[in-house]
Amino acid sequence: MSKLSIVRLFLTRSSSIWSRNIRVWSKLAGPSLMGNFGEPLLYLLVLGYGLGQFVGEVKGLSYMAFLASGVICTSAVNSASFEGMYSAYTRMDVQQTWLGMLSTPVGVAEVVFGEVLWAATKSLISVSAILIVSIGLGLVGDAWAVFILPVAFLTGLCFSSLALLVTSYARSYDFFLYYTTLFITPMVLLSGVFFPIASLPEFVQYLVKVLPLYHAISLVRPLMTGGELSFVFLHIAVLLVFGVSAAMLATYRIKKRLIK
Amino acid sequence: MGLKVPYGFGLECLSGILACLQIARTFLLGAVIMSVVNIKYYLRMSVKKSQEPIVKAVRLSKNYSGKTVVNQLNLTIDAGCFCGILGPNGAGKTTTLRMFIGHCPIDEGSLSILGLTMPKDASLIRESVGVVPQMDNLDPDFTVEENLYVYGRFFGIANHVLKQRIVELLDFASLQDKADSKISELSGGMRRRLTLARALINKPKLLILDEPTTGLDPQARQSIWQKLRELKKQGLTLILTTHYMEEAERLCDRVIVMDHGEVKADSPPKQLIQTEIESHVLEVHAAGEGLIEKIKQDSAIARFEKSGDIYFFYGHKLLHALGVLEQSEHDDYLFRPANLEDVFIKLTGRDLRE
Repeated sequence: MSKLSIVRLFLTRSSSIWSRNIRVWSKLAGPSLMGNFGEPLLYLLVLGYGLGQFVGEVKGLSYMAFLASGVICTSAVNSASFEGMYSAYTRMDVQQTWLGMLSTPVGVAEVVFGEVLWAATKSLISVSAILIVSIGLGLVGDAWAVFILPVAFLTGLCFSSLALLVTSYARSYDFFLYYTTLFITPMVLLSGVFFPIASLPEFVQYLVKVLPLYHAISLVRPLMTGGELSFVFLHIAVLLVFGVSAAMLATYRIKKRLIK
Repeated sequence: MGLKVPYGFGLECLSGILACLQIARTFLLGAVIMSVVNIKYYLRMSVKKSQEPIVKAVRLSKNYSGKTVVNQLNLTIDAGCFCGILGPNGAGKTTTLRMFIGHCPIDEGSLSILGLTMPKDASLIRESVGVVPQMDNLDPDFTVEENLYVYGRFFGIANHVLKQRIVELLDFASLQDKADSKISELSGGMRRRLTLARALINKPKLLILDEPTTGLDPQARQSIWQKLRELKKQGLTLILTTHYMEEAERLCDRVIVMDHGEVKADSPPKQLIQTEIESHVLEVHAAGEGLIEKIKQDSAIARFEKSGDIYFFYGHKLLHALGVLEQSEHDDYLFRPANLEDVFIKLTGRDLRE
């Protein structure tokens, strides 16, 4: 088989996993959309309005406009992470869906890639919804905001890969609390969602700059508010490096776990 | 003018006949060539069929943290065979089957399925293998029909082919009326039939079933048996594990008894009973020591076992023992022909496996 046809087969099989998941989602789209979309929207409106009165402007933006790009990124992170942890664990362990898939020609790497693609799609869906509302609220600067969508997808890829890596170690749903409490929540609080990281002590700033969420926000905020983009390739590279290495590790780990 | 017509006509006729002959010759030649090619093709196929077993395991071994689960297993399964694997829990049956589909890395030995090498060609092998797992993993979010469709897509089967096959398989599994039902609305038997139908979506050459009827009521079990017999008739090769001796006896034309990762016996079920064990069993329940001692006097008793308060005496004609029992007041006993379960117990012992 030529290299090209191997790649094509890989993508076809991964997309069959993706379309299986989207088929499930389409049946439960109502509650799922509300979860992905309602919560970030509440944060945006309530914090944006309430805190905005005290804060006034941040870096020349209304607080709500500043917050919107952070909330968009957080929503991408949460959608992908939830899918990569709770939903993926259900398919891996509780329902044994993956084992069923692996009884067909599909392999572990294809399952993992299909799941990552799907989780990133969920990020895309929820970000699109919030973006539309943001336009309605007048929080979007110009048409460059369209490029937020591929960034949201990339952020989804990165965080779903990380989540799948966590899932590969999980023995129950409770395990995920470690990851959310010790990693996701501190990262969201510190990465410039609610306030600019410049207000943090210098060493914390360095720490934050290593984490992928900061780089997602660094891309989304200028795109959203019409600001100037800088270090685009660096930001993309950080998200990619985290995503690809986590996905590869997750594949290795899940293979060890299922094919034993 | 008038002359030219018949002349031309004659020539045309001639050339027409010639052309016809030409065509006929080509056809004839073609047919001859084709049939020769066909015969050769079939010969090669049949030769290949008889030469290449569906499963060939050579000194296959598997260890889990120092414990040998499959021990130097040699196994050849030919095309069209309905092969049953029996064994107590932990005998290595499921591990063996998992190796067959590449769900378990091989520690030692070699394994070829359908002429392809495991694990190198795992994905390719699974294209032609159907799997009915021990634990149901149907998709609870989907309807019956969607379960078949989505699973078929994992094989990359084209939409229109899949639609046709789903109709056939729903028919085969007697689930036509349930196409749009949710999985939670199905009975245990229906679920198993759907899992069986799902395993056939890729038109497999080999069907692997891990305890397909465990937990089913007798009616549901019989209906699965009937489907499996149908598949066997169609020439499919089947491998099944089971804890039900009756199932193996009725379905399989070859029974393999496994224990501690090794093959303890391997032959057709009837032959297994004939060769591995005495023809009859006398079960004596809750009898006094005195009576048992008297029964033991029968020289026709080849061997006996005690399990709880039941004595099992094995032999061909236990006339003396039966006479002793008839004269005594004890009437809680059973004299019966030996069956596969007796063979199983003889080969794997009476100890509980948990």
